[in-house]
Amino acid sequence: MSVNIQQVTKEYGEQKAVDNISFEVKEGEILGFLGPNGAGKSTTMKMITGFLPMTEGQIFVNGIDMQKNPIEGRKLIGYLPENNPLYQEMYVKEYLHFIAGVYQLQNIPQAINQVIEMTGLGLEQNKLIRQLSKGYKQRVGIAQALIHDPKILILDEPTSGLDPNQLGEIRKMIQELGKTKTIIFSTHIMQEVQAVCSRVMIIQKGKIVADNTVQGLSQQLSGACSIKVRFEKPISLGIFSQLEEITSVVEEGNQVYQIHGHEDLLLKKAVFNMAVQTSNPILQLQDVGADLEEVFKSLTHSNS
Amino acid sequence: MWSIYKKDLSQFFSSLTGYVAISVFLLVMGLNVFVFEGNVIDSGYATLDVFFSLAPWILVLMVPAITMRSFSEELQTGTYEMLATKPLSETQILLGKFLATCTLLLVTLLPTLIYFLAVASLDLDGAGIDTGATWGSYIGLILLGILFCAAGTWSSILSSNQIVAFLLGVFICYLIYDAFLRISSLEFFSGQISYWILSLGAGIHYDAISRGVIDSGDVVYFLSVTAGFLMISKFTLESKKW
Repeated sequence: MSVNIQQVTKEYGEQKAVDNISFEVKEGEILGFLGPNGAGKSTTMKMITGFLPMTEGQIFVNGIDMQKNPIEGRKLIGYLPENNPLYQEMYVKEYLHFIAGVYQLQNIPQAINQVIEMTGLGLEQNKLIRQLSKGYKQRVGIAQALIHDPKILILDEPTSGLDPNQLGEIRKMIQELGKTKTIIFSTHIMQEVQAVCSRVMIIQKGKIVADNTVQGLSQQLSGACSIKVRFEKPISLGIFSQLEEITSVVEEGNQVYQIHGHEDLLLKKAVFNMAVQTSNPILQLQDVGADLEEVFKSLTHSNS
Repeated sequence: MWSIYKKDLSQFFSSLTGYVAISVFLLVMGLNVFVFEGNVIDSGYATLDVFFSLAPWILVLMVPAITMRSFSEELQTGTYEMLATKPLSETQILLGKFLATCTLLLVTLLPTLIYFLAVASLDLDGAGIDTGATWGSYIGLILLGILFCAAGTWSSILSSNQIVAFLLGVFICYLIYDAFLRISSLEFFSGQISYWILSLGAGIHYDAISRGVIDSGDVVYFLSVTAGFLMISKFTLESKKW
């Protein structure tokens, strides 16, 4: 079960929301779809589900053309829309029963019990959806996407607005589901991608600016790491330039310096040795974004 | 389609909408038929004319109140996106919702059969109630109500704001039921043109069926206008995929 996107463009009037993107998600991949708000993540996902027609291009879900045969394609997809729309006045079980009916499932009670167990809704299953907390509503949203046991899951910002505990639980659930399903999920939280995904795609202004494995993207970083150091006494910038591990230094005032280098460990050693030699104790040392966040920022800024 | 139908119908009765619509309709009709000035008992004739002349006006207000949420609410809260990404076609969603409102309409009209029985039993001289005209009127009223349901459903697709959908629905229903009749009687139009305009409205067809003469032309009128509204509803729904 793969999702194949071929040269897809989506225009809203003059504006190009998605600009000629192509990619393929293979079976068993968890693809993290990353990008600032308005980059075209939701639009792309809506086109994969066949909700939005594209201006140009084609999308195939397991070989099914989503424009020609959307109904067949949708049977294979479980979709959680952004903001998780639900019928607030329905009971959890009533709602899942309705969705199971829409998919014309054979054994509805069994399917409902299965997703209730998978999503941990057991204690809340007889409540009105309106009465649930945000985290549980999110689970109901995921449950409705899972009820027909789809091979492809598309989750649009499944973790937005959740507290850290709920975040962890939902991420774990996604990882668990990823063992048997192809998952595309969007987020703008970098740590989430690092924690959950096998592959990252960064999209900016409707274009793909990075498409790599999580490790691959981290390696892109090795050329750039930086630390923030606070010394007891001021230092003349000349001393730094004698050290080859350091590429540049920015003085931030109050004896705080932002120091850039190629390799994290070497950089820290060099700074420490220098502090010892000049008997100028380090009061504080802080890593400055040696993670995806930096890549994300640099990639999405340079293009803007 | 039937799962949408069942969901919408149960939503009518799990919220107050269904009960309010039914009780308001029965209350207004009951008061007018049996209590207020010009009621059946005072008139001394065993007919339900009062009921059948007033009912369309109540339906002009009531049907849009039933249909206003069917699409507006789903478009507003985004649940429509959830429905539209399920293996359902627009036609299935549309028909499921339309049939649910039609069913609620029929459930509302059903208790008024008691009026018929009551008036029939009030008949003292044995001349009897005009059964043919009464059944004709019922068929006319149901056809008119179904037409209003289709019009109301369309207005509900047009706006994601329920109030706007309601007002628009009332306007369209009024236009169909009465406005053509009014326009045709303007002095500006005369003769044949006036008659054509009159035939565009539902009023004249409803009156014709009410007399107990079920002419296929009148039935075709109701069915084709209903189908017409469902068609533009489908197109509007498809074009919503902006």
